[in-house]
Amino acid sequence: MSRQVHVCEVLVVGAGPAGLVAAYHAAQSGKEVTVVDDNPDVGGQIWRTEKKKPSSAEAAKWFEKIRQANIHFISGARVYEQPATGTLLAEKENDVYELKYQKLILATGARELFLPFPGWTLPNVFGAGGLQALVKTGLPIEGRKVVVVGSGPLLLAVADYLKRSGANVLCIAEQASRARVARFGFSLIGNAGKISQAMKLRGQLSGVRYLNGCWPVAAHGEEQLERVTLQQGERTWEVECDYLACGFHLIANVELAQLLGCETQNGFVTVDEYQRSSIADVYCAGEITGIGGLELSLVEGEVAGLAAAGEETSARALFPARDKQRKFARELNRAFELRSDLRQLATPSTIVCRCEDVTFERLQSSDSWRAAKLHTRCGMGPCQGRICGAAAEFLFSWRFESVRPPVFPVRVESMTGE
Amino acid sequence: MTDMVVVVVNGVLVTMPVGSMVSAAILKSGVSSFRRSVSGQPRGPLCGMGVCFECRVTIDFEPHCRSCQTVCQNGMDIRTDE
Repeated sequence: MSRQVHVCEVLVVGAGPAGLVAAYHAAQSGKEVTVVDDNPDVGGQIWRTEKKKPSSAEAAKWFEKIRQANIHFISGARVYEQPATGTLLAEKENDVYELKYQKLILATGARELFLPFPGWTLPNVFGAGGLQALVKTGLPIEGRKVVVVGSGPLLLAVADYLKRSGANVLCIAEQASRARVARFGFSLIGNAGKISQAMKLRGQLSGVRYLNGCWPVAAHGEEQLERVTLQQGERTWEVECDYLACGFHLIANVELAQLLGCETQNGFVTVDEYQRSSIADVYCAGEITGIGGLELSLVEGEVAGLAAAGEETSARALFPARDKQRKFARELNRAFELRSDLRQLATPSTIVCRCEDVTFERLQSSDSWRAAKLHTRCGMGPCQGRICGAAAEFLFSWRFESVRPPVFPVRVESMTGE
Repeated sequence: MTDMVVVVVNGVLVTMPVGSMVSAAILKSGVSSFRRSVSGQPRGPLCGMGVCFECRVTIDFEPHCRSCQTVCQNGMDIRTDE
C-alpha cells in the first residue's frame, strides 16, 4: 500500500454536474483545482457515460470544457475520513491519498430511496437509476420486459432510456396521484426548457402506460424475480416481467458532510447564499443541499465554484437563476411527496436491512434507530445504513444518529496507515 | 475486435464492450444471484452506483469487490459467491 500526499487550493468531492461545474469555475478563476470521485469515469449518475461516450450534448459540452481547463482528476477513489481540518483521506484500490486543501466543495449527489415491500430483495429487482446504470455500462436490455415503479420524474427518464435501448417497458407505476402530477405539470409554465423536456419525454414514451396512484405491493419469484403485484386504488393485479426498476425519489448523500460537522436539516446540508456550509471553507452544491434536478445542480455548482475562488460578485449575479430553479424544486418535491399507504407495504417478514437480513417485525420492537442498531444490527453492515436507514426513517419516523469514520468500508491498512 | 473485452464469469466466457462494468457482464452471462445474504437468500445489484454493496463478487481471487464500480478487463476472472 502506498500513501500519496496531494495539495491543492480547491478540492471538489464528486464529479457529477454540480462538482464538474464548480471545479470548472474555480479553475477559470485561477485556482489549482482537484476533483476526487469514486467512479471510474466522470459524469456522476445523470451524466454517466455510455460506452465511453457522453450521454447528452450538454454533458459532452461540459466534458470538453473540463478537459481544456486545468483540473486534476483522481477517479475511482473514495473519501472516507478527515484526519485533520483541511485534509481528507481517500482510498483507491491499494493506495491512500492524503488530500490537502484550502477550500472544499462537496458535491456528493443523491441516491434513490428504496422502500421495502415483500420480494424487493429478489435478484432482478433494481433501483430505477440502478437499472439505467447497468444498461449504460453494458447490460443488454433488448426485448426484456421491464416494469418501472416508485415516484418522481426519474421514473420517466429511466423508462424513456430503457425503451430507446430496446426494452419492452410494460408500464410505469407512479405513487403520486394524477391530480398532484397534473398540478406539477402546470407549474412548469414559465419554464420553457422544462416544458419542452416534458413534451419530448411524453412523445417518446407513447405506448407506455403511466399509472398514477399506483405502487408495487409484492415482487414474486424463487431465485429471481418472475412477476410483480401492482395496486391502484382497490384493484390489484400481477404483471410478469424480467426486471423491476424501482425508486421512490431521491435522498442526499450527506454522510461525508456530516462527518465534517456540517449542519444538516431534514436530510440536507444547510448552506448560505454562497453555498457555504456551517463549517468554515466547506461549500456544498447540488442534490446534497436539496433535491432539485440537473439545472439547479449546475447553477449551485457555479455559485460554489466562484465563491470558493473568491469571486463573490460573479456568484451574486447567479442568485435569481438559482431562485427560479429552487422554486421549481419545491413544487417537484411537493408533487411527488410519498403517500402514507407506502408505510403499509412491508409485512412482518419483509427484510428492511439487506446487509444483516433484519425484518420489519424485529424493528417494530425498537423505539429508535440507535436501539434498532444495538438490538438487531440493522444498519451495521457494509452499506452502513445507507439503504435501510432512509427506509427506516420513512417507516418509523426515526432520526439518524451521528456519522463516524470511515464513512465507507476501507482496508484495515487504510485506517492504520501501515 | 479491439472495442470488445472478454471476461470469465463462473468459468463461462462473456464478451462485453470496452468500458462495461463487471455487474453487467455477470447479468449478461445469465447469472442474477451475485451473492448469498447472511440468511442464505440470493441477492443481486440494487443501486448500481456503489452504495448498497449487494453486487459484491470475487474478482481475480479478491473477494467482496463491488462489481458495479469495477470495469471489465480482458481475461478477468469473476466468480459469484454462491
